[in-house]
Amino acid sequence: MSKLNVDIKPVRDIISKFGDGQDSNLIAILQQSQDAYGYLPKTALKEISRLTDIPLTRIFGVVTFYSQFALIPRGKHAIKVCSGTACHVKGADDVKQKMKDILNVGEGETTPDYQFTLETVACIGTCFLAPVMMIDERYFGKLTADKASDIVQKYSEKTQE
Amino acid sequence: MLKSLKSYDDLVAMRTLCEEKLKLDKVKVYICMTGCRALGAEEVYGEFKRQLDEQNLKDKVEIIETGCQGLCARAPVITIDPPGVFYGRVTVDIVPEIISSTVVNDQVINKLCYVEAGKRIPYLKDIPFYSKQKKVVLRNCGIIDPNNIEQYIARKGYESIAKALFSFTPEDIINEVKDSGLRGRGGAGFPTGTKWEFCRKAKGDTKYIICNADEGDPGAFMDRAVLEGDPHAVIEGMLVAAFAIGSGKGFIYVRAEYPIAINHLERAIAQARQLNLLGDNILGSGFNFDLEIKKGAGAFVCGEETALIASIEGKRGMPRPRPPFPANSGLWGKPTNINNVETLANIPIIILNGSESYKQYGTKNGTGTKIFALAGKVKNTGLVEVPMGTTLREIIFDIGGGIPGRRQFKAAQMGGPSGGCVPAEHLDLPIDYETVKEVGAIMGSGGLIVMDSDTSMVEIAKYFMGFCHDESCGKCVPCRIGTKRMLETLTKINGGNGLKDDIEDLKEMAYVTQTASLCGLGQTAPNPVLSTIRYFMNEYEELIK
Ligand SMILES: Cc1cc2nc3c(=O)[nH]c(=O)nc-3n(C[C@H](O)[C@H](O)[C@H](O)COP(=O)(O)O)c2cc1C
Ligand code: FES
Repeated sequence: MSKLNVDIKPVRDIISKFGDGQDSNLIAILQQSQDAYGYLPKTALKEISRLTDIPLTRIFGVVTFYSQFALIPRGKHAIKVCSGTACHVKGADDVKQKMKDILNVGEGETTPDYQFTLETVACIGTCFLAPVMMIDERYFGKLTADKASDIVQKYSEKTQE
Repeated sequence: MLKSLKSYDDLVAMRTLCEEKLKLDKVKVYICMTGCRALGAEEVYGEFKRQLDEQNLKDKVEIIETGCQGLCARAPVITIDPPGVFYGRVTVDIVPEIISSTVVNDQVINKLCYVEAGKRIPYLKDIPFYSKQKKVVLRNCGIIDPNNIEQYIARKGYESIAKALFSFTPEDIINEVKDSGLRGRGGAGFPTGTKWEFCRKAKGDTKYIICNADEGDPGAFMDRAVLEGDPHAVIEGMLVAAFAIGSGKGFIYVRAEYPIAINHLERAIAQARQLNLLGDNILGSGFNFDLEIKKGAGAFVCGEETALIASIEGKRGMPRPRPPFPANSGLWGKPTNINNVETLANIPIIILNGSESYKQYGTKNGTGTKIFALAGKVKNTGLVEVPMGTTLREIIFDIGGGIPGRRQFKAAQMGGPSGGCVPAEHLDLPIDYETVKEVGAIMGSGGLIVMDSDTSMVEIAKYFMGFCHDESCGKCVPCRIGTKRMLETLTKINGGNGLKDDIEDLKEMAYVTQTASLCGLGQTAPNPVLSTIRYFMNEYEELIK
């Protein structure tokens, strides 16, 4: 994962899709850019600023405001452990701790092999199966520390194949 | 391929066809493919499909991929009709047996049935969780395939907007909604018809409608369920609102953590466009309206209406002082009406059956029904819809099945970080907007988290303060600093290092934060502290002594 040579073509393609009204599409542009790169490289942000005429300071302000955006490379999979109220009263802390232990990272950190980024999120609307987590866009419910660990294990096996 | 509907008659003709399709003589297997995915619903669905193919049963059996069926505690759930049985904890392995016994032979498989008080209850209609609810807004949820507009239309879908377009004036609609007594379900409980009227009367040719689907309250999943299970009801609600207000463009602001909801909405919008239920000259009426989805980027405060508007404009989602209210100056400075998902999902039924019929449920201060998201230490976690004025006891014990294990009910947390903890002494309170406020909580959006004797209330107060502190946008000082200082004090008390004066300090900081903060986040952040101090002072004292 080279950080020096960022290909700016994806950003250009994304921006050209939006046409007019790019100002109000800034968040969507950033979201799609992050999908393309896995994070928001500085070069990409500069290119967004250049093409949309939105000052880089404003772009930076938006990027740092929303928790979804990352300025450093992230893992291939995002693990979001819920720390919402329902999960909290049903033992989400155990799940979170287990994730930290097996991945050997802290909250918001990425494993050295760039497979996983560990995040917490306050509720993912699956409180009825608390405690829960999401990996990318998949929900997993009624977790225990061990169940969560098994699920992550399966993901690591899959990515190693 | 769906054919564009050019008139009201086209819609009626299509409905007749859709109704006939639904009536076909087949056994129907309803599989929840939304919330239940977290416990393997997709695999169960795949196995059903495979088996039915293999056994050549496709002409006799129909699988319907539904939204939430409500009793999420039993996930993954399915309903088979006939004979009308409800099964929970379905696994891939047991699918062949379900097909050979229940689907083909009407026989009940005991171990999959819901059990209450040691009694097995095979049929959905007999399960108290269902029989004690009143499904008005959720009438389609868990019954129709949300990705199939035909099933929505078969159940009188888009009849309300047709009625509005061809038989009513915008003023009639506003009056009907006012008469219905509907109040906003997003938290504040503002009368919906009145809000629409403000926006209709506001000066300006361009007006916007926003559906607030940010659902940031931890412990709330009503809006998620409605969006996933019946997205057309929300779209239709927006259409009616747009017609009443005179708006041609709407936005749905959905949080990014709801990928299934976003997907179902995208598909629903695409189908509605194909049928000319969105776009130009809807049903040949001359009315134009279209919709766009905006995805949130992870900020709780963006649920607040002025922050949400800033976010749609592509800015940092920070609230601004009101007035001016969005009804006069909202999105890009234009008059804007913003409503919650559930509020909008109430609209079609009000227009369809009239306000009088709508008011048969509920109380004077809160008409209609309310959806609650039941979670925490309760047996039947899930989605519950009851008339306003139902008591907490009915929701938690009769419908929710009570507290699991041998533990005791301690409190129900209502209204999330802006709400409070309602103790056992108020279990028999009929809940509506005002009564809940009197006991120190708020109706909020409908999150209801049950806490038992194991839960420490001081820890909960600290938990919520931590949440508000994290989510405070930092624009105004009372909220930014107030939440931080209160969190410090609560952490100290919770760790056993509290001092006697801390309680008074907390109350004073709570007062300042409540009165001086810019938006609802700060103004309500102290509520969980104050309500736990009010009802569970002994727990604070125990930690402080
Ligand atoms: C901090 C904060 C968060 C909010 N979050 C939401 C939310 O997630 N969903 C929602 O519908 N309303 C939320 N609201 C309320 C909205 O500001 C607004 O009142 C509501 O969307 C109006 O819709 P209604 O009249 O249909 O209830 C929030 C308010 C505050 C102060
Ligand atoms: S509290 Fe964890 S999903 Fe809602």
